[in-house]
Amino acid sequence: MSSLNIPIYLDYSATTPVDERVAKAMAECLTLQGNFGNPASRSHPFGWKAEEAVENARRNVATLIGAVPKEIVWTSGATESDNLAIKGAALFNQKKGKHIITMKTEHKAVLDTCRQLERDGFEVTYMDPLENGLLDLDAFKKEIREDTTVVSIMHVNNEIGVIQDIAAIGAITREKGIIFHVDAAQSPGKVAINVDEMNVDLMSLCAHKVYGPKGIGALYVRRKPRIRIEAQIHGGGHERGMRSGTLPTHQIVGMGESFRIAHEEMEAENERMRSLRNRLWDGVKDMEEIYLNGDLEQRIPGNLNISFNFVEGESLIMSLKDIAVSSGSACTSASLEPSYVLRAIGRNDELAHSSIRFTMGRFSTEEEVDFTIVKVREAVEKLRALSPLWDMHKEGIDLDSVEWAHH
Amino acid sequence: MAYSDKVLDHYENPRNVGVMDKDAPNVGPGMVGAPACGDVMRLQIQVSEDGVIEDAKFKTYGCGSAIASSSLVTEMVKGKTLDEVAEIRNAHIAEELALPPVKIHCSVLAEDAIAAAIADIRAKRDAQASEKSAASA
Repeated sequence: MSSLNIPIYLDYSATTPVDERVAKAMAECLTLQGNFGNPASRSHPFGWKAEEAVENARRNVATLIGAVPKEIVWTSGATESDNLAIKGAALFNQKKGKHIITMKTEHKAVLDTCRQLERDGFEVTYMDPLENGLLDLDAFKKEIREDTTVVSIMHVNNEIGVIQDIAAIGAITREKGIIFHVDAAQSPGKVAINVDEMNVDLMSLCAHKVYGPKGIGALYVRRKPRIRIEAQIHGGGHERGMRSGTLPTHQIVGMGESFRIAHEEMEAENERMRSLRNRLWDGVKDMEEIYLNGDLEQRIPGNLNISFNFVEGESLIMSLKDIAVSSGSACTSASLEPSYVLRAIGRNDELAHSSIRFTMGRFSTEEEVDFTIVKVREAVEKLRALSPLWDMHKEGIDLDSVEWAHH
Repeated sequence: MAYSDKVLDHYENPRNVGVMDKDAPNVGPGMVGAPACGDVMRLQIQVSEDGVIEDAKFKTYGCGSAIASSSLVTEMVKGKTLDEVAEIRNAHIAEELALPPVKIHCSVLAEDAIAAAIADIRAKRDAQASEKSAASA
C-alpha cells in the first residue's frame, strides 16, 4: 500500500487531470519561442502556424465522433455548446415551431437553457427516465408534436453513467425532421461515437473530462443535411460566424491531443476501467441495504453510483477523507436539494441523500480500488452504528410508516 | 467545504453514542428531523428525581455537522437541570462548533432535540404524578 498517493482521486466524472502528453503539446503554444500566434492572422507565418495547429486539432476532434473537420465549432466548454446548440437551433427554427423535448436527468446546462427558452415563449417537455435511467422510446414518440423543432438528450449521464440509445433516438428524430442535439460531455473516450450512424445533428463536447484542459469545448454542427443555428456570441465572425472570439490555440491544441489519445486508447482503457469498476462493485455489493443507481449494463465502465441506505452522503464523504468522491446528498450541493437525477429515476429522498458516485479513470489503480473498498466498508459500518434509522430498520420498523417532523 | 477542528473532533470521536430504554420512567427521548431532509437526531436524557440530567445519549443520521452538534449537546446537558438545559439555544451550539451559515440548521435541529427530550420527560412526569394522585385519592 506504500505506493498509494493519498488522497485518492475517484471523481473523474467531475474532471480529469490533464494527460502529460496533452500538457506538453499545450505548453508549446504559449511563449515567444512557441506557437503563440493568432490563428486568425493571415498576414504572417505566426498566424499560419497557429491556424495549422488549430486545424490539426479540429481534425482530431472530428475523427473521434465520425464527423468532418468543418463541422466542428470551438467553444469554451460543454455548457456553452449546450447553450449555443439549443438556443441557436430553437431560435433559428422558431417560425416552424416552439416545442422542445428533453429529459429530467439532463445536465443543468441543458435544463437551465430550456428554462430560459420557456421564459422566452417556448414550450419544453421534460421526459421522465425509466427506472434504469434510460429514455422510454415509446413514451418519447408520443410526445413528438407538429411544432417540435429540437430534441436534446445526453449521451452519458454525469451522475449515474448510463448510456442513452442515441442511434435509436436519432432514427426517430431524423424521420420526423426534428433537430437532434446530444450533450456528449461525458462520453468521448468511453463510448464509440459516430454522428452519421447515430443521426445526430448537434453534439456538445468538452476537453476536461477526457484528460484535456478546462475552458475549451466544441459543438458539432451537421453540414449534410445542413443544420443552421443562431449565434449566441457576436464579434469577429470566427468559426463561420457561429462563435466569435479569438481562438485559444493552446486550449484547442490540448483538446485535439486529448481526443487523439482518447480515440487511440479507448478500447484498452475501457477494458481496464471495466475491470476496476467490477472490482470495486464486487468488493462492496454484499453489504446490506445498498443500492446501485442506474443500469449496470448500459453504463460507462468507470462509473459506480451507490446508495448506502441509512447513512447520509456528506458524512460518508467526511469519513472517506482519503478518497475524493462526490455525493447526491443535498448537503454537498449548492441548492441544498438532493440529486434530481436520482429522484428522477425513482429513488426516494433518503436514498438520494445516501448516494456516493465513484468514477475511475486513466490513472486509477487496483491498489486504490482495494483501499477504497476497505475504507467504504469501515465508514458505512461506523455511521450505521451512529444512525437511529439503522436501529429502527434493524428493529423492523418501516421508516415510511413513521410520522416525521419535516423541517 | 472545510470543517472546523471542533466539528472534526466530535465527528471522529463522537461522545455518548448509544441508546437508552425509551420506556423507562426517567428517560426522555427526543427524536427530530426526517430522513427525507437528510437528518434525523435522537437525543435521550436520563433525569434524576430532582430534575438533574444524569446521562445523555444520542444517535444521528445526517451530515458531519449534525453528528457533531448532537454529540456536543450530550456533553452540554449532562449535570444540568431541565430548566437550565431549556435555555440552550442553537446559537450556543453553532458558535461552539464554528458552524458555517449553511450548517446553522444542524444546530437548530439539536436545539429542537433538547426541547423534544424535555417535553417528553415532563409529559412522563405529569402522567406519573396524576397516576399517583389518582391512587392516593
